[in-house]
Amino acid sequence: MARKVVITGLGATTPIGGDVPTMWKNALKGVSGAHTLEDEWVAKYDLPVHFAARCSTPALEVLSRVEAKRMDPSTQFGVIAAREAWADSGITEIDHDRLAVAFATGIGGVWTLLDAWDTLKEKGPRRVLPMTVPMLMPNGVAAAVSLDLGARAGAHTPVSACASGTEAVHLGLDLIRSGKADVVVCGGAEAAIHPMPLAAFSSMQALSRRNDDPEHASRPYDRDRDGFVMGEGAGALVLEAEEHAIARGARIYAELAGTSVTADAYHITAPDPEGLGATRALKAAMFDGRIQAEDVVHVNAHATSTPVGDKPEYTALRAALGAHVDNVAVSATKSQMGHLLGASGAVEAVLTVLAVYERQAPLTINLENQDPEIPLDVVTSARTLPAGDIVALSNSFGFGGHNAVIAIRNV
Amino acid sequence: MASNEEILAGLAEIVNEETGLATDAVELDKSFTEDLDIDSISMMTIVVNAEEKFGVRIPDEEVKNLKTVGDAVNFISNAQA
Repeated sequence: MARKVVITGLGATTPIGGDVPTMWKNALKGVSGAHTLEDEWVAKYDLPVHFAARCSTPALEVLSRVEAKRMDPSTQFGVIAAREAWADSGITEIDHDRLAVAFATGIGGVWTLLDAWDTLKEKGPRRVLPMTVPMLMPNGVAAAVSLDLGARAGAHTPVSACASGTEAVHLGLDLIRSGKADVVVCGGAEAAIHPMPLAAFSSMQALSRRNDDPEHASRPYDRDRDGFVMGEGAGALVLEAEEHAIARGARIYAELAGTSVTADAYHITAPDPEGLGATRALKAAMFDGRIQAEDVVHVNAHATSTPVGDKPEYTALRAALGAHVDNVAVSATKSQMGHLLGASGAVEAVLTVLAVYERQAPLTINLENQDPEIPLDVVTSARTLPAGDIVALSNSFGFGGHNAVIAIRNV
Repeated sequence: MASNEEILAGLAEIVNEETGLATDAVELDKSFTEDLDIDSISMMTIVVNAEEKFGVRIPDEEVKNLKTVGDAVNFISNAQA
């Protein structure tokens, strides 16, 4: 019998709240974190997209100036979320050799990398900061969290584009089940609202161009969706072996019942139109958690609001859950906070845990004319989840054909 | 040309910016590593910022000889002369 793994701490900094209580309150209310960018570089480079979803609380309002100086913005967000999750767990004493970190990012320190390149071109090599390398490396956030908490059982960085955050939770489960750690701080962080990534995602026609109406641009499942909205932030969870949590009398939010990761091996960016890789991931996570389709009451969907992405996920959900999919309350929370790329899975994991714990599904906003090809039961107004034993799933898919699914069960 | 007092005050500002240490903690007899707990990466940042501020060049091989704040003030003062 595999070790049971539970969730005892949650943290987040997002476009709809700089901490978990604020984010959750807004997620149930239905707000948009997307706004017009006021930065001079939008006009300077004539970017085709003029808006994004920035974190509602700037990192420098939480971290000291000196602390922040040594961290890329992505690491700043990750450390903020990890500290909140750690404090929330209430852990005061721990064997640090049994504490691991699995903290993901999609892109890593893109601001640091490109700032250093600008500095080199404008001022020469002498002015390129000595902290540049540790700040730009993708493992920077995992390393910073490990350093911050004294986590010595390994600091891991799964990188699988927009599936990274969910893959970090998957890895965390493995680390505890396999006995390599008793507690894992897992999550994901991203800070890529920089003109280069905005230009690059625009070039591939992935971003919404609804420049005159940013708040309504992220509209998963809507007939008039035209792309995702770039977000930023971080989410973090404290995973703990059940016996470890019970021994210290911890407040347990939920069980991390099962997880899985698959690869499409179909196309570098396009989702498999039949959703086969996603279907296998859903089925594998349910198998891993000994979950029947009828147990599932809620799904936090990947649903980025792109014309091509939303439908294959529906196809996969129907393939994995069968006719029961019609009874499942589906939330597309990127409608509110945009797409946090490598952080999205971690933030959505936090929301899914809270949905099970509070028995409330977060809202999907901007759904005005539901795509008739995606007949899901989308949560657009306050929705209570049923009493009794329930399971919720959270999906993430990433460029490269990465699929990751986690399953959360009430305790 | 800055006086030694001005160089000390300027260095203290740079150290404060990099490490958060109070400027009045940056005194001539203080060791960068032993007293001020400045690691090699911060030291390089301080050196480069001092070069810009005082218009001097501090060669990399010279940095290891700058053990105290006073060593740095003297080096910058001589380099400016």
